[in-house]
Amino acid sequence: MKLTFPHMGNTYIPVKAMLDDLGTQYVIPPFNNKKALEMGTKHAPELACLPLKINLGNFLQAHKMGADTVLITGGCGPCRFGYYCEMHREILKDLGIDMNVITLDLPANDYGKLIDNVKKIAGGLNIYKILKTVKNTVEISKMVDELEKLTFKIRPREIQKGMTDKIYKSFLYNVLKINGSKAIKKHIEETRNELLNIETDKTIKPLRVGIVGEIYTTNDPFSNLFIESRLGNEGIEVARPVTISGWIIDHMIKKALHLKGDERNKKAAKPYLGAMIGGHSQETIGNSVLFAKDGYDGIIQIFPLGCMPEIVSESILPSIERDFKIPVMSLIIDEMTGEAGYMTRIEAFIDLLKRRREVDTFEGKGMLSWN
Amino acid sequence: MSIKVGIPKSLFYYQMYPLWNTFFEELGAEVVTSRNTTKKILDDGVRICVDEACVPVKLFHGHVLDIKDKVDFLFIPRLTSISKSEYICPKFGGLPDMIKNTIMGLPEIIDVEINYRKDKNSELASIIKIGRFITNNEMLIRRAYNTALEKFNDYNDKIQKGILPEDEKNRNSNLFVVKDSGIINIAVIGHPYTLYDSYINMNLFKKLRANGVNIITQEMISEEIINHHAAKLNKKVFWNFGRKALGSIMHMIERNDIKGIIYLMSFGCGIDSFIGDLSERMVRRNTDIPFIYVTIDEHSGEAGVDTRLEAFIDMIRWRENNEINISAYG
Repeated sequence: MKLTFPHMGNTYIPVKAMLDDLGTQYVIPPFNNKKALEMGTKHAPELACLPLKINLGNFLQAHKMGADTVLITGGCGPCRFGYYCEMHREILKDLGIDMNVITLDLPANDYGKLIDNVKKIAGGLNIYKILKTVKNTVEISKMVDELEKLTFKIRPREIQKGMTDKIYKSFLYNVLKINGSKAIKKHIEETRNELLNIETDKTIKPLRVGIVGEIYTTNDPFSNLFIESRLGNEGIEVARPVTISGWIIDHMIKKALHLKGDERNKKAAKPYLGAMIGGHSQETIGNSVLFAKDGYDGIIQIFPLGCMPEIVSESILPSIERDFKIPVMSLIIDEMTGEAGYMTRIEAFIDLLKRRREVDTFEGKGMLSWN
Repeated sequence: MSIKVGIPKSLFYYQMYPLWNTFFEELGAEVVTSRNTTKKILDDGVRICVDEACVPVKLFHGHVLDIKDKVDFLFIPRLTSISKSEYICPKFGGLPDMIKNTIMGLPEIIDVEINYRKDKNSELASIIKIGRFITNNEMLIRRAYNTALEKFNDYNDKIQKGILPEDEKNRNSNLFVVKDSGIINIAVIGHPYTLYDSYINMNLFKKLRANGVNIITQEMISEEIINHHAAKLNKKVFWNFGRKALGSIMHMIERNDIKGIIYLMSFGCGIDSFIGDLSERMVRRNTDIPFIYVTIDEHSGEAGVDTRLEAFIDMIRWRENNEINISAYG
């Protein structure tokens, strides 16, 4: 058995560490690329959301590299992600590609299937080993997210432009060559120190933009056309509260143990969105309110075309824009997204934020409204 | 003067109107439903709603605009789930919030959450909450709900017998028998709110019936049969509609009197994009029953739909007459 798994931003780092520790054979598909998206778009249903298409492309590319089993997490709706596993299974079957799909699902009552799947992946049921691996995986995903957060802070402040990108990118490639959670942790730590050694201008007060929206497109730089690094290089500090480690901890571990997650954004979302409706809608609304209250300069919402929960958030965001006088822009991504048009919108948005700040400093707050 | 409760004639209306209409009337309120969909209602909805939403949601906005000034309360429940461990589309759960944040000058909205996903007993609790908007008499609410449930069950029984909601209103829409070739059974799979809104599906039912087609929808298949088939799926479908659609298609594949399947899909519908695709794969893999998608959105080009439907029916009739030598992939 040779496992493969879908790409989503930096998820491959903790997953790699996990599979290394368990001693499972695996193939990491090539980083998300145009070819993968093309292949996925060709075989996936037309109106399926973008992550399904990219993931399908990942599997097809990994298949060529010798993978025969797909590892994917499940869910119980109402977001479409919960049914990805079945879609992938059926599409691969019709393509005549012999790949087994293993779903790590939190079952409602029948834990047998989950245990079976864990046995398959871990090659046994050594509870001590599995728990230790899970602990390390969670730690690494947290560390990777912290590292990414650090790049958000340093990028707008660096004196020699492009240094952060250079170090961070080489980290993303080099980590592929390292095996085992211990070595990976060490590498993350080294990169952190390298980043901290970048010369920065401490006097700058950069514009701050919050990124909200659907988890895949916000976390995966390929799908959002590297928005975080682009904004950073324009001198803007970005923040993105929805992270992969957060998802693993809140949605998988805490849910399995019936613990309560972070309630802060739920509370903030309450006046606008009264209930959990699936996906990351509640987080999008809640975090937007928190950003606005925190004095951020703007909010960018990103989601794939047709994403059901985020359409609800999109129609609620104008109220937040109005109530807090904070500019919000929604970017919708699909396989047809053209870079030029996308960049023009981002640039115009940045110009607007810069102008707003200028006016604010000279003429007092709230002079130029977005509306 | 009695309290006026407005129910937009869209989305859940088509599935549940006998329930809610009777319930509010029994409570002594006057129920005001919006008019049947017109071009103006659709255009208004499209203008005010976010672009990415599917056409039924846009239409819902239009229907709200149509009645919002005529009523004291707007009934837009937060329908998270209407069956155990299943959801509806997330947009239904967020519908009251979408409306509140998009449309200005609304009357008070009855936006009680209805969520049976974990606990079926929460049913009565939410009903009482809804009733409290009209009256404080809990006995009356319970009684009204029971009467409403009876009406609702009658309605569902009628649908299962093949009587469509539009037949009830004008009883003359009978089947036209086409000379020489008899009646054929065609299954139409789609959300109730696209199936039963004859404006948005461009009179699909009338057109099919005029061509001698007996229509079978997933609503006409009994719950037991659907559940029996849906249980065979690899992973439980967590959408109420998805389970019904897939279950009934599996059932239709097994019986041999269904000559064609039409999947009525709304553009941008997340559930249709998956369930439609899975249905198509299932049909193609196991049978040679002809299958087409009819995708609808706000750009209503009726001629194109007509041509495709006619071609589809022609093909089925040729297959009947010529011993199935015509390709099912027309």
